[in-house]
Amino acid sequence: MAIDSTVSPPTRSAAVACAHCGLDVPRARIAADGKPSFCCPGCATVHATIHALALDRYYELQDDAAARRPATVSGKSFESLDHAAFAAEHVTRRDDGTHDVVLALEGVHCAACVWLVERLPRILPGVVDARLDRVSGRASLRYDPAVVTLSAIARTLDGLGYPPHANRGAARQAARRARARKHVVDLGVAGACAGNTMLFAFALYGGHLEGMDPTTRTMLRVVSLAFTVLSLAWPGRVFFQGAWTSLRTRVPHMDLPVALALTIGTLFGARNTLLDVGDTYFESLTVVVFLLLVGRFLQEKRSRDALDAVDLLFSVTDATVRRLDGDVERETPIEALAPGDRIRVRHGETVAADGMIERGTAAFDVAFLTGESKPRTLSIGDRVLAGSRNQGGEVDVVVEASGARTRAGRLMETVRSAAETKSPIVRTVDRMARRFTVVVLVLAAVTAVLWWGHSQERAVQHAVALLIVTCPCALGLATPLAVTVALGRAAKRGILIRGADVAEALCAPALVVLDKTGTVTTGSMQLCEWSGPATILDRVAALEAGVEHPIAIALRQAVPAARGVVTQRHVEPGFGVEGVVDGETLIVGSPRYVERRTSALPPFIQAAVERVRVRGLTPIVCARDGLVEAVGGLGDALRPDAKAAVHALSKLGHEVVLLSGDEPAVAYAIGRDLGLDIGSIEGLASPERKLERVRAALASGRRVFMVGDGVNDAAALAAATVGIAVSGGAEASLEAADVYLAKPGLEPLLELMRGSARTLAAIRRCLRASLVYNAVNVVLAMTGVLNPLVAAVLMPLSSLTVVTLAFRARTFGDEP
Amino acid sequence: MMILWVVVPVALAFVAAAIVAYVRAARAGQFDDLETPAIRMLFDDDGAPAGVPPQQRSPGPGRAEPKRG
Repeated sequence: MAIDSTVSPPTRSAAVACAHCGLDVPRARIAADGKPSFCCPGCATVHATIHALALDRYYELQDDAAARRPATVSGKSFESLDHAAFAAEHVTRRDDGTHDVVLALEGVHCAACVWLVERLPRILPGVVDARLDRVSGRASLRYDPAVVTLSAIARTLDGLGYPPHANRGAARQAARRARARKHVVDLGVAGACAGNTMLFAFALYGGHLEGMDPTTRTMLRVVSLAFTVLSLAWPGRVFFQGAWTSLRTRVPHMDLPVALALTIGTLFGARNTLLDVGDTYFESLTVVVFLLLVGRFLQEKRSRDALDAVDLLFSVTDATVRRLDGDVERETPIEALAPGDRIRVRHGETVAADGMIERGTAAFDVAFLTGESKPRTLSIGDRVLAGSRNQGGEVDVVVEASGARTRAGRLMETVRSAAETKSPIVRTVDRMARRFTVVVLVLAAVTAVLWWGHSQERAVQHAVALLIVTCPCALGLATPLAVTVALGRAAKRGILIRGADVAEALCAPALVVLDKTGTVTTGSMQLCEWSGPATILDRVAALEAGVEHPIAIALRQAVPAARGVVTQRHVEPGFGVEGVVDGETLIVGSPRYVERRTSALPPFIQAAVERVRVRGLTPIVCARDGLVEAVGGLGDALRPDAKAAVHALSKLGHEVVLLSGDEPAVAYAIGRDLGLDIGSIEGLASPERKLERVRAALASGRRVFMVGDGVNDAAALAAATVGIAVSGGAEASLEAADVYLAKPGLEPLLELMRGSARTLAAIRRCLRASLVYNAVNVVLAMTGVLNPLVAAVLMPLSSLTVVTLAFRARTFGDEP
Repeated sequence: MMILWVVVPVALAFVAAAIVAYVRAARAGQFDDLETPAIRMLFDDDGAPAGVPPQQRSPGPGRAEPKRG
């Protein structure tokens, strides 16, 4: 593809769509006449591949409405997929010699993706079958290992713009799928029972008006009874199980009044059928079971989608390492690593195991493990921990511990135990359940007493009718529906919420514990302070060109464009750089390094260095021709929206606390910038300390929202009332958290809070509406106006009201 | 209304058969993915572009119909 930056006719500079993904093409990338333009190299590569394979129809099938994203091509060799360790875990053999595998694909977004991936058998010999699940992004492949290797399949998928990954969490997904199937069965059976009972009910209504011989009537009622019993005993069993658990644990739950109404209604109907007297309410009962299950099904589906999405995020995190066989690098699955293996860790990669450096020097970002914002420079003989990210340099590491035996692995154990002790969140609707049950029982008793003098038979009839029609169908539907809609909208906006109760829990004032590095700060080094001429900075940036150290990178990023001709350069890793730029000798580095090369630092420079240190920043000093002229401070900069977000959180009634694993000086400096007072800032907090703080607050009866991104936050995230993992976090924090914010910064956190508040408001509106219907029902039942036909009309009407309210509610994404 | 004594059991037999068929389909995983099959049935088996009309997308200058090789 030709990138033509010289000519771009003014008429088309407005907006040119990428020929692959349809996004706007940056002006510099717009191609000359006739040729397609691409927004990024990824799209260009994928477009070329698709064209070469004569799969251009992909572009006709593309859905305009679907979300667009530029294609990514990882360009990896995917050798690790051919490894025995991978096959043992992910590949199943069939009798005919073909293999089955499920791969998680990145970048699946529309119908055309399904078409493209499922063309695989035609473009790659040996692939027998390919099926893509668009929603979960998982491809099920069947291939002949004698003809094609898995890595070749993976490379082809990668070339099409869907980098494949091992499908991690497959066991969890299988368990969720089994549950989902059970729900589908329940839903269908309940629907069949409800529909058929309704058919017989219509015949009975007709008989009621026109007359019907008693035998036929009894026959129809017996059949209805049979359907009702089937409905209650099979799909309806969940309500009885729930009610029983609620009684046993003494935790109120909405299933209790539901089970009560279902039991009494069925017994009453059975008695009347057998004695051939009075009314029956079978149609209402079966419809209640069906509608409540619909609500539950939708809610479960939504949280299942969220969990699948989180699992996809897991799978996308790198699960391979470069193992050295002699001097040859091989991509190997992490699971296959053993102590004594040698691995190579390049710039930008994460160390996969605990070990000792054998060759090379590199700066490691250990923020995920400890919360420290300053990178550590480690060299031969130093130990590195799994989860550290290489920020510059290349090292070979001898593995000492891998998998669960690493420091990160042991921390994950704490996460699991913390998650187990977490107490469940009681939902508003469940809190109402107890009072609701008591009120309904009292009203039924009152009805019976009032009618007793009139006729004993009618007293029982009306009391039972009241119990049945107040069955909290709409009440039970309100929460699942409102929450389902809200979670769906939240997921579209990059806020993945695991469960319904979470949104409710987020609405009350709480102790908000913020992690520092990566959460309120950007998590990468930046130039935060510079005293000295700006022109020097341009030249320093030029001098640092090509140096792969976080400080060098930060200095380069600090200027729009480096200026200066470098004629000589000497790098002393971990200390500084010396060189000649535009004929002047520049020395940039730590104060001691520069001092050694020039002379003792003058007092005003020393004072400046001290000021930088007090702020918790890393000082660098710059000398020109032997004279110290500038002092800079580098550190982890606050996110631009952090201060406003913390302020907004306090205004919502939350108490904000900063808990950092970093040095106290850094934590205090950042905390002060955020506007927190000294008592709510704590530095040097180990993962265990964070967990302890969260547990202490929980023990004193407070709600705790933990916001963090690292492995060191994971245990606290799991223990907190609501754990919120922010974008770019470690996978451990993903696993532990209840909410995952896919967009960076703290603004999504506020959006989550506001959306949750609106969701709770929507739930409350729905609950109020259904209570009004119940009140009307009570009045009708107590006055004796109610009959099965009225009940059968009123019940769906109340449910319809709740459904409408739930779907029209503003929750996430619509600002009021 | 004697006919009801024939019709109702027949109807019940149909319902029973439907429920059995449904439960078997659900347990076999036919309802696992409710979205992709709806898309898949739109694709023709062979790359012939006749079946599906080209998308009515606004032909931006850079978005011209890809040339067929």
